[in-house]
Order: sequence, then C-alpha cells, then structure tokens
Amino acid sequence: MDLSAINPVLLLASLMVAATPIILAAVGELIVERAGVLNLGVEGMMITGAVCGFIVAVNTGSPLLGFIGAAIGGAMLSLLFGFLTQFLLANQVATGLALTLFGLGLSALMGQNYIGIKAPEFPDWHIPLLGDIPVIGPIVFQHDPMVYVGLAIVVAVWAFLKYSRAGLILRAVGENHEAAHALGYHVVRVRMLAIMFGGACAGLGGAYLSLVRVPQWTEGMTAGAGWIALAIVVFASWKPMRLLLGAYLFGGVTVLQLNLQAAGMAIPVEYLSMSPYLATIAVLVIMRAGRAPGSLGQSFHASR
Amino acid sequence: MTMKTILAGATLAASLSTTAFADDPTKVGFIYVGPVGDGGWTYEHNQGRLAVEEEFGDAVETVFVESVPEGADAERVMQQMALGGADLIFTTSFGYMDPTINVAEKFPDVMFEHATGYKQADNVSVYSARFYEGRAVQGHIAGQMTESNVIGYIGSFPIPEVIRGINSAYIHAKAVNPDVEFKIVWAYTWFDPAKEAEAASVLIEQGADVILQHTDSTAPQAAAQAAGNVVTFGQASDMAEFGPFPRVSSIIDDWAPYYIARTQAVMDGTWESTNTWDGIGAGMVGIGEISDAVPADVKASAEALRDSLASGEYHAFTGPLNKQDGSAWLADGETADDGTLAGMSFYVEGLTGDIPQ
Repeated sequence: MDLSAINPVLLLASLMVAATPIILAAVGELIVERAGVLNLGVEGMMITGAVCGFIVAVNTGSPLLGFIGAAIGGAMLSLLFGFLTQFLLANQVATGLALTLFGLGLSALMGQNYIGIKAPEFPDWHIPLLGDIPVIGPIVFQHDPMVYVGLAIVVAVWAFLKYSRAGLILRAVGENHEAAHALGYHVVRVRMLAIMFGGACAGLGGAYLSLVRVPQWTEGMTAGAGWIALAIVVFASWKPMRLLLGAYLFGGVTVLQLNLQAAGMAIPVEYLSMSPYLATIAVLVIMRAGRAPGSLGQSFHASR
Repeated sequence: MTMKTILAGATLAASLSTTAFADDPTKVGFIYVGPVGDGGWTYEHNQGRLAVEEEFGDAVETVFVESVPEGADAERVMQQMALGGADLIFTTSFGYMDPTINVAEKFPDVMFEHATGYKQADNVSVYSARFYEGRAVQGHIAGQMTESNVIGYIGSFPIPEVIRGINSAYIHAKAVNPDVEFKIVWAYTWFDPAKEAEAASVLIEQGADVILQHTDSTAPQAAAQAAGNVVTFGQASDMAEFGPFPRVSSIIDDWAPYYIARTQAVMDGTWESTNTWDGIGAGMVGIGEISDAVPADVKASAEALRDSLASGEYHAFTGPLNKQDGSAWLADGETADDGTLAGMSFYVEGLTGDIPQ
C-alpha cells in the first residue's frame, strides 16, 4: 500500500466534480419539499435531463444549449408530476416512484440513436489569478463552469428562502397550506413553480453526467444519483448550506474509494464500493433529522 | 369491435406468421451484455451478426437483444429466443455461462455458443479469442511509452480472462522496462461509462500515464484525452476516433468468420459441440493500426512481436516465470498450457495487490 500516491489536492478537486450532479438535483428537490411536495421522481427527471441535454448538445454542438435543453426536459417531466399531484390530487409517493420508472424508460427510448456518440467538448475554466493560487487554486478555481453554477444555485436558494418575500410565501405554503390559502396565497401555483424548478435542477444534474463527467450517453447512467440526492435533502434537514456538506461527503467517499483501490489498499473492493451508501445511512441515523416542512407530502384542495 | 374479434384476429395473424416462416430461414439469435453502440465489445459482436446476414442473405434471419444483465434475466431472454424459433444462439458474455447451460438443457434441439466460458454440453460450444496475445503487444508498447513508469489498468471482474490479460501485459511491459509498475482498479462492471471515467481519472491522478482497460466503453479514452498526455489502447474495437493520440493501438475482436462458419454448420447439419480458442494467427484477434505517436523503432518491434505470436514461434507465456508469491510456475523456455491459462487465478511475480475473491 502506498498512500502517498494519493494527491490530496487532486482528491479534493475531483470531489468537487463528483458532488456536482448530486448538489444540483438535491437543491432542486429541497425547494420542492420546502413547498410541501414530496417528489420521489428525482432519478427519473435526472436521467431525462441527461438524455435531453445530450441530444441538444450533439445536434447544436453547444454544451451550453445542451444544459438549457436538459433543464427544460427535466421541467417538462416534472410538469407531468405536478399535474397529477396538484390538480388530480394523486398520491405523491406513488406518482413520484412512477415518474422515476417512466423517466428511465423514456430516456432509453429517446437516447437509442445517441449511444456511442461523443459529446461536444466543455472546457474547464482556468480562472485567472485565483486559479494560480497554490493548493486552493487547483481545488476550487480550475473547474468547468457548471461546478460554479451549482454552487451559485445553492447560495441563491439559501438567500431566496432566508431573505425574500417570495421565499417566505413558499415556506408558508410548505408549513401549513391551509393557513397560506386563508391568507390569499395561491398554493397550487406556488407548488407548481417549485416542482418545475426542482425538475429543471434535476435535469441539469443529469446533463452534468452525460455532458461533462462521462461524457457520453448510456441507458441508466445516473445509477442511483437521484436517490442519493433525496437522502441528502433529509440529511441537510432542508437547509441549503448543510446540503453542500452532505453532497461533498458523498462525493468524497466515492472518489476516495477508487483512490484507495489504485493505491493498493487491501480492503475488499465490495466494502469500498458500498461505503458511500453506508456513510449516507450512518449520517442519517446519527444526525437527528431536522423537522420536515409541516405539509410535506399532503395534497391540497381549496374546497377543504 | 369486441374483445373476441380482436383475439380471433390476433390468433389468425399469429398462425399466418407461423406458416409463413415454417420452413425457412435459419434463425440465429445473439445476446449482448451492453448496447450495440458501446463502441467496443458488443459493437464487434454485432458486426459479426451483420456479417452473417450479409453472407447468407435471405437464408438466415438474425435477432438480438442488447443490454441483457448477467443472471436470471439472461436466462429468460435466452428461453424467449429459443421459444421464438432460434436454431442457433450466441451468448456473448462470460456471465451468461450458467444461464446458457441451464437453457440449453431445456432445448436440446437448439444449438448454443457461449463466448469466453468453459462449460460445454452436447448442444453448447464455447469459443473465445486469445486476447492475451494482443495484451502482450499492448504491454510491449505501454512499457516503452510510459515516462512515469506507472501503468493504470481498469479491470472489470476478477475472472481468468481478465487476469490473463493483466499478466500478459505486465510480463511484456516489464521485459522492455524493468521499472514499470501496474496500478489495478476493479470496476466490477463491463459497461458503466461514469464509473470507467472515474476510475481512469483516479489512475491518472495517481501518476499513470498509460491506461489499459478491460471494460467496454470509450469513457476512459475520453478521460485520457482530457488529461492530455496519457496513452490508451482501444479495447475490443478499434476506437480509432480517439487516435492517433491518446489511442495508439488497439485489440480488435473479429468474430465474423467464426459466426459465419458456425451458422453454415447449422445449415448443413454438421454442427458439433466444440471448444474454439483462436488468437492473432487465426485472425480472431486483430492489432489495430499502431499510430505515429509511437516511435518508429517501438512500432517495428511491436509488429515483430505480433507476427511471432501469430506464427506461433513465440508464446505470450514463456518461462522462466514465477507466480506472485515467488513460487516457480514455468521453467526456462517452457510455455503455459491452455488448461492453466483457462483457469488462471494468480498474478505473476512483480504485480502488487491481491486479486479480489
């Protein structure tokens, strides 16, 4: 075993990249849940975003348009969920699970002609000055733009929930939809917007995999990242900044696992492979989960 | 239209289609572990299928199912294919071994061909290619191309075929570069681009400047390209779109002649259960064009190695060779027998780390 072969700077740098798809999907779901809706279809929206983004990027040659396409694709799929749960008052858990299965199938169908094609290149940003700082530069300031977009969205969501009037309304809808309704707020409209935002973010997360991380389209390529994102929202007790911590923890264990293997660590590979999932479960058990939004998962109808 | 008329119509259509295909083309089925567009392993098997169609035209009908997981699902798919009237079924991944044997027992009139396995039956042939001959050439080039003396190897599953490849590549890299070191990561998948890309990046971060892969996607090639100064080799397929650099050469599987010969045998009624293991000489393993990124003298010696493997004058596992624990395996000049190679479950001396159980 030669642990000195593991370069901590590069390890931390790849950790930021590995965590980005989960951050994007989780921050979207956080808004959805703060509005009182439980959408378990994150995985389905991610994979749909991955394929939509890939198709758009390949056809236009622009990864940027690809990401926009991914966000639209994810949001369209989430609209289906919104229509079923907010207007037809379908059960949110069942609808969300169905959305995941539907998304996996739909994406496989859409992506049939795109297997084995290379995505257009999406270069890293080497931020001048900041990128040249020793140690911190390579870790923080030499990534592709989407890493920073992900972080910016988290900060924006935090500020939105904490300081803006709209954020207050969204939280009110999530805590007690009857009261919010009585005050004259449009519960269903707020929730539909939140659901679409969640879908768009999940789509971006998926596209990050198919356009930057791999970059290629394969069926089922999100491989459970959507479920991890759901767990991280609970882990973060519905607070945006803690969400970053959870995502980095998960990304870190994934990258460390492969690094230890390459360094010749004599731990059976199976244990290393399951370690990110174990870490997530352990943290969920140890950290008492924060209080969930009061109306989470309940259907709302103005007549009641 | 009532349900009854629909059913009657369906039955009629079904019976019509059975009569239409009653005495006709030989039906050949293929079961793939990845998508046909993986650009590697499954892609080449599918090229073989297309070659069969081309050769026999209307006399054959081919069917295939892609991305079939190894395990219980595979058994269902094979059964479905056999029930669908297939005369010959190629199951093209190691993990289909037991499912193939199980299904073959139930359908004694259907011929099965299992790739890379070792379990034969009256109606199950096994076939594989001596990929380790190609790995020898790769190791020979890799050992001379590396500047960091660290070669990364992405393994799929710790099965004899993969271990053989690692050993062969290592022996020939070591022969030209005594300082060379192998770092091996097991991905536990044949095809998962995200994981393969991650594994390649990790190996590159830990100093590898040559990446050998025994997984099927082109994701490690893309990772190497992004890194800029890392050499790769095409796996199973040429992967020429990543040439001339990072991809400097490749191992190409050519299944077409075998698939055509076996289909012909079924048509003629001469099919017998066989065990085929062909290498560079028979054309089942091809070495892809060695690109100009490789120095001319290295290219020439690699081609000489390829030719001597093809003619049979040199065997990729020639003694003196010791096992990893230092115990003697092959004496000077002795070559490995096929039985040992087929079940190879040990590293040769010099490789570090343990083979996962």
